[in-house]
Amino acid sequence: MPFALPLRLNGLRLAIGSTEIIRGITLELREGAPSLLVGPNGAGKSVLLRLLHGLLAPSGGTVEWANPAARPPGLGPRDTMVFQRPVLLRRTVLGNATYPLRLLGHSRAEARLRAETALERVGLGRLLHRPARRLSGGEQQRLALARAWALAPEVLFLDEPTAALDPAATRSVEAIVTAIAESGTKVVMTTHDLAQARRLGGEVLFLHHGRVVERADAEAFFAGPRTEEAAAFLRGELFW
Amino acid sequence: MTDLGDAFDAAWRLLAGPDPALAGIVGLSLQTSLLAVLLAAIPGLPLGALLAVRRFPGRGMVVAVANAMMGLPPVVAGLVLYLLLSRSGPLGSFGLLFTPGAMVLAQAVLVAPILVALSRQALEALWEEYEEQLRSFGAGPGQAVRTLLWEGRFSLLTVLLAGFGRAAAEVGAVMIVGGNIEGYTRTMTTAIALETSKGDLPLALALGSVLLAVVLLVNGLAQLLRGAAQQAR
Repeated sequence: MPFALPLRLNGLRLAIGSTEIIRGITLELREGAPSLLVGPNGAGKSVLLRLLHGLLAPSGGTVEWANPAARPPGLGPRDTMVFQRPVLLRRTVLGNATYPLRLLGHSRAEARLRAETALERVGLGRLLHRPARRLSGGEQQRLALARAWALAPEVLFLDEPTAALDPAATRSVEAIVTAIAESGTKVVMTTHDLAQARRLGGEVLFLHHGRVVERADAEAFFAGPRTEEAAAFLRGELFW
Repeated sequence: MTDLGDAFDAAWRLLAGPDPALAGIVGLSLQTSLLAVLLAAIPGLPLGALLAVRRFPGRGMVVAVANAMMGLPPVVAGLVLYLLLSRSGPLGSFGLLFTPGAMVLAQAVLVAPILVALSRQALEALWEEYEEQLRSFGAGPGQAVRTLLWEGRFSLLTVLLAGFGRAAAEVGAVMIVGGNIEGYTRTMTTAIALETSKGDLPLALALGSVLLAVVLLVNGLAQLLRGAAQQAR
């Protein structure tokens, strides 16, 4: 059941100086399967994600939630984000996972319970008291995902969460992303990894030069892209 | 000049043998310096963190003033405080002039700009790393400041040590507002100044060695603490 969703973008633009990075995007993101923002480096994927999450203010157009004040039950936030390079506090694994829960107003006991459950789900249940910054890259990203999952947000924005990981760690993060999506959180994720987009499924929004050039179910997109840019990207011939 | 040899001899005897007068001076120096750092840290560190986190009109001016105040001449600070605390001054009714309390106040005034400026610098680098994540979590300015102060605790320990160094080495301001009264407001630095003016250079140098040893000891202990804490995180 949606709370704040759908998220509506109307003529969204972002320019830094004279460079237009996002050039007028109008679309609606609804609850359901993951939405994957796909495109070459420099297409504007990460910037778009930050605009959606409110970390950047648009130069033009709007980002509007249908019910801006509505929140999931149990102090869940409307939306949260996991970054390409996980930002971990200089605390233990458990300390990192409880931090945003405490900010949201959960009691110490409730925060610990939720954090432990999420950490257990991502396979970090035995590393609760390990300093977070001593974890491997894959473990750090799993911790960042568990920290977000424990919040039970309505929407989770993921910015290339596997860009710096090896294939095994990538698979493990993908499994967690799928589990988060199945638990009812809407996942909006950027990736330039086509194989990953295929594996995760959902819908694909193909970005090129700051515009959403094509939007389709992942299966249909990979079977037969409708635009020349998307077809070139799939052939590995589209560069910025 | 045979004074140097005499000085080290005197210093060794001072350090080796129990001397209640010296212990009193060392104790007062430590006490006032530590209290001054504490007094300056209570507003200084949060203000430094706030300057790291918030962008507001006039912020550049506040940062420039804090940086400039690091070079505040101690005698000027001492003179202003003297005027404020003197019987006819606006704070005269507190009766603080020529007490250890006035010395703490003077040291705190000199230490606070150092804590503000250096903590702002240290925490600004940390804020660059954390800003997006903390904003994503919905942390407000107060929560961000608290988080940064905790996350930057190891860097802030070094900032506090810099403040302690300034407080312990202070002589001009504490001399003016403390009065260098034997057994009451005499610290190591004012004793050194006094013995030098009396021509007792060996004793002055001996006290200087003791001061150096105390500062080294405090810094060494802080480094040990920092190392141990970092090992645990």
